[in-house]
Amino acid sequence: MSEASAGPLKKTPLHGLHTRLGARMAEFGGYDMPIQYADGIMAEHNWTRANAGLFDVSHMGPSFLALPELGGKTPEECDEAHRKVSALVEKLVPSDITGLAPGKVQLTVLLNENGGIIDDLMIGRPADPARAGMLYIVVNAGTKENDFALIAKAAQGEAELRRADDRALIALQGPKAEEVVAGIFPQAVALTFMNFIRLEHTDYGRVLITRCGYTGEDGFEILVPAEQAEAFANRLLSDDRVRLIGLGARDSLRLEAGLCLYGHDLDETKTPVAASLSWMISKARRERGDFPGAQRILGELKSGVPSKRVGVKPLGRAPAREGTEIQNDAGETIGVITSGGFGPTVNGPVAQGYVDTTYARAGTPVKLLVRGKQLDAEIATLPFVPARYKR
Amino acid sequence: MTTYYTNEHEWISVDGDVGTVGITKFAAEKLGDVVFVELPDAGKAVKKDADMAVVESVKAASDVYAPVTGEIVEGNAAIVDEPAKVNEDPEGAGWFVKIKLADKGQLSGLMDKAAYDAFCATQ
Repeated sequence: MSEASAGPLKKTPLHGLHTRLGARMAEFGGYDMPIQYADGIMAEHNWTRANAGLFDVSHMGPSFLALPELGGKTPEECDEAHRKVSALVEKLVPSDITGLAPGKVQLTVLLNENGGIIDDLMIGRPADPARAGMLYIVVNAGTKENDFALIAKAAQGEAELRRADDRALIALQGPKAEEVVAGIFPQAVALTFMNFIRLEHTDYGRVLITRCGYTGEDGFEILVPAEQAEAFANRLLSDDRVRLIGLGARDSLRLEAGLCLYGHDLDETKTPVAASLSWMISKARRERGDFPGAQRILGELKSGVPSKRVGVKPLGRAPAREGTEIQNDAGETIGVITSGGFGPTVNGPVAQGYVDTTYARAGTPVKLLVRGKQLDAEIATLPFVPARYKR
Repeated sequence: MTTYYTNEHEWISVDGDVGTVGITKFAAEKLGDVVFVELPDAGKAVKKDADMAVVESVKAASDVYAPVTGEIVEGNAAIVDEPAKVNEDPEGAGWFVKIKLADKGQLSGLMDKAAYDAFCATQ
């Protein structure tokens, strides 16, 4: 996202570390963020796929939605508290938050009344029964003010939304992330993909660790108090397996992993069905039909959508960037690229976009209009690089 | 051979009426890892300050402008095959094209090395 923001750019708790280490900084989501460090995007990308990459993602919006009283005396009371807080966010999302197991996080979307995607976000249910009635919610940087306002409004009078602006969010991604994390938080090793725990660490205080990420690799996103962020980052960086990775490589990694970037692959004109995210719409919610835009979305689930998000593989060497027109053999417009670039692991161009559903099957040949020339491409299965999540 | 520079960060090294053109070290560093290069075919007429070639990094595509008017004599196939050469040796083996100059007088409007270095310091 490159939404222009009024006033000076915001800084994350690791801003000083980035500039000291020679990061090339640029605006992202209203923050002054590291795009790359001295090694460059290609080396950072490859490092993450082979070792462990440290990403400052503190620009994102972690928060907690909590009932006035948390926990319960019995498991039934805890479940009831969870149901109560979940019902508040289920007014905005199509996923089964009520049905989340303790300790589980879910990727979902905030929907407008037409079923368009306002943002994609993560919602988690704490494992600790004493915290039943609380949800951990992480939204995107560029959209967080609006998202937080929507969630707070949906919860008004019932639960309080507490922004975790006093924390830093640090992602550690790659095949060696687990070994590195094991040395600091041994309890986190037992986590599987899309689960989180809260713990108290003698050096870093209250820490929340989620096994998830945005690279297709195994990894963790770790929420630490802002005052401890730099000490924590330095501890990770003192390990030879860990290097700092900027947003440039974060983008090429997520693109190869087939993941969406809000404001590019997702926006309010797209429904989860068009975005090929129908898996987010749980069975229970489909049956109840009680989420924003349900009528349209249920219709699309039944009858299909005119166009949908797909992977697009340019067959030559030329990358196809966002906005590139997708054509059929006859030169008719059948879609548009929403994010595209070079995939260092694929060692070639990769892209995703929206095409007329008739052309959406993997392997379908299409043309990309790049600088006035029709380049050969085909519809590809996502992800381009197989995910290595720890299930 | 004299080398001249543009404020779009191209260099042109002139030998007789043929100039070898590339992007400067400064530009290559700013771009980052080059992953794709598109060059004009031999025989193509190019116009001073008009886009002539394309260079793409992981993140973005950029135009390369012709520093002078003339005709393309040759493109550097080595950087098409191996775009990383542009980063390795931008002002040497990573050259882009050779142009037959139409008007050597256009060179006087370009910067010399000292002027270009001073220009980069302001960027």
